[in-house]
Amino acid sequence: MAKLSENAAKMIAEICDRYKDEKTPLMMILSDIQNEYGYIPLEVQELVSAKTGISVAEIYGVVTFYSFFSLEPKGKYIIGCCLGTACYVKGAQQVIDKFSEILKIKPGQTTEDGLFTLDALRCIGACGIAPAVSISGQVHPKVSPDQVAGIIEEIRQKEGMSA
Amino acid sequence: MIGTIDQLNEKTAACTKCLDEKITGSDGKRHIVLCGGTGCLSSHSDKIKEKFDEVLAAKGLADKATVNIVGCFGFCSQGPFVKIYPEDTLYRLVKIEDVEEIVDVDIAGGQVVERLLYVDPATKEKVSKQDEINFYKKQRRIALHGCGVINPEDINEALGMGAFEGLKKALSMTRQEVIDEVMKSGLRGRGGGGFPAGRKWQFAYNVKADQKYVVCNGDEGDPGAFMDRSILEGNPLAVIEGMMIAGYAFGASEGYFYVRAEYPIAVKRLRLAISQAREAGLLGENILGTGFNFNCHIRLGAGAFVCGEETALLNSIEGKRGMPRPRPPFPAVKGLWGKPTCVNNVETLACVPYILRNGADEFASVGTERSKGTKVFALGGKVNNVGLVEVPMGTTLRELIYDIGGGIPNGKKFKAIQTGGPSGGCLTEEYLDEPIDFDNLVAKGSMMGSGGAIVMDEDNCMVDVAKFYMEFICDESCGKCTPCRIGTKRMLEILTRITEGKGTMKDLDELEELSQTVKNNSLCALGQTSANPITSTLTHFRDEYIAHIVDKKCPAHVCKNLMQYVIDPDKCIGCGMCAKNCPASCITRTDYIAPKHKLASMAIDASKCVKCGSCMSSCKFKAISKV
Repeated sequence: MAKLSENAAKMIAEICDRYKDEKTPLMMILSDIQNEYGYIPLEVQELVSAKTGISVAEIYGVVTFYSFFSLEPKGKYIIGCCLGTACYVKGAQQVIDKFSEILKIKPGQTTEDGLFTLDALRCIGACGIAPAVSISGQVHPKVSPDQVAGIIEEIRQKEGMSA
Repeated sequence: MIGTIDQLNEKTAACTKCLDEKITGSDGKRHIVLCGGTGCLSSHSDKIKEKFDEVLAAKGLADKATVNIVGCFGFCSQGPFVKIYPEDTLYRLVKIEDVEEIVDVDIAGGQVVERLLYVDPATKEKVSKQDEINFYKKQRRIALHGCGVINPEDINEALGMGAFEGLKKALSMTRQEVIDEVMKSGLRGRGGGGFPAGRKWQFAYNVKADQKYVVCNGDEGDPGAFMDRSILEGNPLAVIEGMMIAGYAFGASEGYFYVRAEYPIAVKRLRLAISQAREAGLLGENILGTGFNFNCHIRLGAGAFVCGEETALLNSIEGKRGMPRPRPPFPAVKGLWGKPTCVNNVETLACVPYILRNGADEFASVGTERSKGTKVFALGGKVNNVGLVEVPMGTTLRELIYDIGGGIPNGKKFKAIQTGGPSGGCLTEEYLDEPIDFDNLVAKGSMMGSGGAIVMDEDNCMVDVAKFYMEFICDESCGKCTPCRIGTKRMLEILTRITEGKGTMKDLDELEELSQTVKNNSLCALGQTSANPITSTLTHFRDEYIAHIVDKKCPAHVCKNLMQYVIDPDKCIGCGMCAKNCPASCITRTDYIAPKHKLASMAIDASKCVKCGSCMSSCKFKAISKV
C-alpha cells in the first residue's frame, strides 16, 4: 500500500488531536480530513485507527456510508447539481446532463485533468432559485442548460486551461 | 458579561432601544438591510452590501445611514432584497448596479426608486411596503421571529428582539411547570412526526439519570425543504434558547446540534451565536445566577438522508454508520450514549421561546383544534412566489398556493401539490380548500411533513415524479432492513419500466402489493413511508400510469422514451439554428418550403434523436413542439 507522505501524516495526526477531548469524534475527524486532505484513502484510515483506537473496519464502514466522504481524490472544482424536487421539476436533470455531456464524465466522476468533479446533490435548500448549481460551495442561481458551457469555460480560463 | 437577571434586563432594554431606533429612524438615520439567506447570497447580496458601504462613504453619507445583513426575507424568487427603514420601503431583484441609484434617489433624495418596487402580478400596481405585498399578508411569524429583521451575527440585535426572555421566564418556573406550559400550548414536533413536544420532554423528565441530552435535529433532508436552514441562518439564538429551555425542563445540561454539512452559512452563524452567547455568560455554568448549567455543541452531517431519523442521527453523533435503532427503547429513555435524550426539530425549538415569552394560551390561540401555532413551508416548484412562508395551521392549500404563492406561472394549469417530501403525497385540485394541519393532510392521503411544498403543473409527469422520489429513497436507504433495501429497489425497477414504455398492467398490482409490504415491515419511518408517493399518485393519477402502460404515451411529454420532438414545417422558416445546436446531428433540411418562407423547413430524425431539447430551446419561431 502506498505510504503517506510525512506532511500528510502530520496533518492527519493534527486533525485527530483537535478532537481528542470530544466523545466519539470520528465523524468530525473524517469531515475535517475530507475537507482539508480532499479524500480518505485506506492509508489515511489506518492512521486514524492508530491515533484513535477505532478499528479500520469500523472507520471504513463509516467512510463508505456517508456520501460526503470519498475514497478517491476529487477534482479542484466540485460541481454539484442540485437534483432536489424543486430543482428537478424546473429542469435540473437537463442541466446535469449538459455538464455530463460537455465534461464527458458521469455524475460522481472526475475529469482526467483533475479539474472537475461532477456530483448530483440532494436538495441544497436553494429551492427559491431553482435549478441551483453549487460550484465548490458557491451557489449559482437559476442555471439553464445554455449557461453550462459558459460556466465551465469561465473556470477553465481562470485556470489557464481554456479549450 | 450577563450574569444575573437584572443584568439581562438592563442589556435587553438597551438593545431593544437600539434596534427600535434603527427601525423607527429615531436615531436620525436611515437603516438599510439586505437579505443574507443562502438564496440572496448566491445572487451576491453580500457584494451589494459592500457596494452600499462604498457608495455611502464616497458620497459623504456614511453618517446618514447604516447597512446591515439580516436573515431570510422568505420571498426568495424576488431576491436579493433591500429594505429601508423607517419608511419600510422594499426593493426587490436588486443588482450591484442599482446601488448608486438607491443611494442618490432614496437615501439622499428621499424619493422611492419606482422601478425596483414589487409589482403585483394581478393588479399591475407597484407596492412599496413589505406588509402590503400579498405574499406576506396572510403570514404570521412565530418560528421565524426576528428572521429578516435582525443581524443573525450580532447577539445584541437578537437581545433587542427579546432573546432569552423565554429562558428567563422558564428559569423562574419549576421544571414541571415549564413542561406543562409547553404541553398546554399544544406544540407538536415540526419535523414531520407531529409528536407533542411537551410529552416527549415529560418522558425524559421521568427517567432518572446522571446525564441527559437535548439534540436539535437540523438534518433537514427532504428535497425541496429549507425551513430549518432559514431559521438557523436568520435567528440562530432562538433555537439555542429553545434548546436551553428544553434542557432546563427535563434536566439536561448538554445539547447537540446536528446540522447538514450542506448548510455552511447556517453552521457558521450557529457557531458564532454559540460563541457570543458563551462570551456573554448566557451559556455555561450558573446561567443568570440561577444555578442552571448548559453547554451546546455542533455536529455536522455528512450527506446521509436517513440521519434525519432520530435514532440514526444519534448513531451518527456517536461516530457510527447512520443506521436507525429499533424502538423501544425510545431515545427519551435510552438515547445518545445510552442516556435519556430528546431529539427536537429546529422549528419546534424555535417556537419554544415564543411560548414561554408570550404564554401557552397566546400560542394555542393560533391554529386548529389539534394543531396549534403556525407552520413554516418552503413553497417551491411551479408557483409564482417561491419562498419561505409561515402561516397559521388551518390555512387552506388554496390560500397557500394562490393568495401567498400567487398561482401558477405562465398561465399553466395546476396539477398537484406535493407535501412531506419523499414520505408524503400529492393532493389535487379537489383538495385545495382543505385546511393544512397534521391530522387533516394525513386523512387525505398525504402529510404535512417537515414543510416542503412543491407545486406541480400540467408539464409535470406524475409517474416520473413518483420515480424521482423512489430513486431518492433507493439511494438513501441505509440497507439495514430487507423490506426497505430490496423493496424500494424493486419498486424503482417497476417505475423505470413504466416510464420507458415497457410496463404492464400487472406492474400496477405489484406496485401496490410491494408498497404495503415495505410500509408494514420496514424498521424506520424512511422505509415505512417510502411508498407514499407511489400510493398517492396511483390514487389520484392512475390514468397517467395507464397512459404510459397501455397507450405508450406520457401525457406531460416528460418521459423520454414516450415522447418526440417534431418540427411544424409550416412554422419553420428554415434558419437551421436547431440543426446547429443538435448534439446528435439528427436534424436535416427537407425539400418542403412553406408558403411565404424562403428556405426549406427542417425535420428531426426520430430514430437518432437523443431528446435533449436543445433544438426546442434554440428555435426562436416556436416551430418545435413535443408530442
